[in-house]
Amino acid sequence: MTIKLGVPSKGRLMEKTFAWFAVRGVHLSRTGSDREYAGAVTGVDGIDLVLMSAAEIPRELAAGRIHLGVTGTDLVQEKLVGWEQRVKPFAELGFGYADLILAVPKAWVDVDTLDDLDGAAAAFRAQHGFRMRIATKYHRLVRGYLHAAGVADYQLVDSQGATEGTVKNLTAEAIADITSTGETLRANHLKILQDPPVLRSQATLFKSRNALVTGSDRNALDVLLSKIE
Amino acid sequence: MTDPCQIRAEALRLRDTFAEQGAQVVECAILQPAETLLDLYGEDIRTRAYVSNDPARGEIMLRPDFTVPVVQMHMTHGATPARYTYAGEVFRRQEDNPERPSEYLQVGYEVFDSSDPAAADAEVFATLYNALGDITLRAATGDLSILSAAVAGLRTSDARKTALTRHLWRPRRFRDLLDRYAGIKPVPKTRTTLLAESNPLGHSFEDIGLRSQSEVAARIETLRADAINDPISTIELDLLNALLKVRETCPVALEKLRDIAIDLPSISGAVDGLARRIEAMAMRDLPLDQIGFEASYGRTTMEYYGGFVFGLTAKKHPGLPALATGGRYDALCARLAPGGVGIPAVGGVLRPDILLQTRGSAA
Repeated sequence: MTIKLGVPSKGRLMEKTFAWFAVRGVHLSRTGSDREYAGAVTGVDGIDLVLMSAAEIPRELAAGRIHLGVTGTDLVQEKLVGWEQRVKPFAELGFGYADLILAVPKAWVDVDTLDDLDGAAAAFRAQHGFRMRIATKYHRLVRGYLHAAGVADYQLVDSQGATEGTVKNLTAEAIADITSTGETLRANHLKILQDPPVLRSQATLFKSRNALVTGSDRNALDVLLSKIE
Repeated sequence: MTDPCQIRAEALRLRDTFAEQGAQVVECAILQPAETLLDLYGEDIRTRAYVSNDPARGEIMLRPDFTVPVVQMHMTHGATPARYTYAGEVFRRQEDNPERPSEYLQVGYEVFDSSDPAAADAEVFATLYNALGDITLRAATGDLSILSAAVAGLRTSDARKTALTRHLWRPRRFRDLLDRYAGIKPVPKTRTTLLAESNPLGHSFEDIGLRSQSEVAARIETLRADAINDPISTIELDLLNALLKVRETCPVALEKLRDIAIDLPSISGAVDGLARRIEAMAMRDLPLDQIGFEASYGRTTMEYYGGFVFGLTAKKHPGLPALATGGRYDALCARLAPGGVGIPAVGGVLRPDILLQTRGSAA
């Protein structure tokens, strides 16, 4: 057995993760062709690099199939019920910042807060005969947030991408999505509600609470963790 | 764990007892169209019920309770008055309490009878209470029609009363609104800025989506009208707070509510209703001085139960789920009825698994 470290397989998140580990003397790299998802670790023995989709890392951590994994707080909290019992945040990596926010059309000059959203939702349902639709892929987090705020008369509609376009396309009245700069929102004539966001997320190294660590693996894990602490 | 065969046998025994009292035995489908339940309860139902997808029928739910299908069945085939009983599985997701079962049996007793609501309430309560005769019970009751009446009687605008009534089952939001209407909590700054503008719609933002600018204008008008309201008086607020705090045995609660009704006459009718129910319960020899009444009971969990509500738990096992819960759901029937004219209905359910667990550990 070896210690398995899960890292997002693509793009800036992977590059920045590699850079973050390199500063701490752990060198991660992709091996083989550009298209092959294989990786290598130098600087510590007994560690396997597993490249996978950032969205699958929470599930793999919870199942204990990987010992450590880099992914966003948003994905961990959305996908894992009782996440604190299943994974432990080990280090915040200082990049991949994103807020999960609620946004409505800028032309809704009467809506700035959740209180307004609730009032507008009541009137909308009375007028249109159905609940105000909020497009998102973060169903659990958004539902919990709106429940705590006492917002009623809304429904969530699933949107796995291009969520900012749903309002103009008349498939939703408002959206809940991840944003870092807010540029895409502005380009799509949307504004963020002024209440605190649903969640502030960043790339984080999580440690599985369920992965089995035996014999020599214990040593490899300790060496790795002491380097990056 | 109690043997599932024993739990089923107990469920059927209880159902048969209710049938002997004159209730008609009914069966309901496990797969329910999700649309009806989503329209009733909104997104929150997804945290409690299992949703699945059928390529032909669309979204379906494993029945989270029998109430909705029984009401629909009654509205299609039944004639009032009617009494129904059933025993079967319900399915509940337990995200917050993973140790609790997500599939269990319920035995129900439902009464559709408009002739004497107080008597029907007492009948349902007594039927379930007596079915648990061998267990020492903690019995709690409530009646949200008293709070509704208090809200309806406030000296404030209809719009404010509607907003408060809409959040009756969301106590925190209800409290926020009430405090704002009483001037205790400030109006959000964004609101005052908006209302200070002479032409808020004179913007150059692109008008996108289904919610039109005339809807925005209408809401601004509503907000303007609301802003000139006088705050709800401290006297009224204190009375409402006193009402919400009532938590006594039935006879003492009735006395306290009668006192409050002297200064808050709008609740008199609802308090008379409580008095009639207590009388009807006394006629069924229920130990009223051991049955509690809480004015806020049922406000977080029992949406559409707008009148009498109750819960029975084993006194020695306060950590276990309730043995029985129920109440009056006229509002649910009205919502489900085609023309919005519902049938008065009251009912309750028992949990045979919890009952056997309680008996097993010597109640």
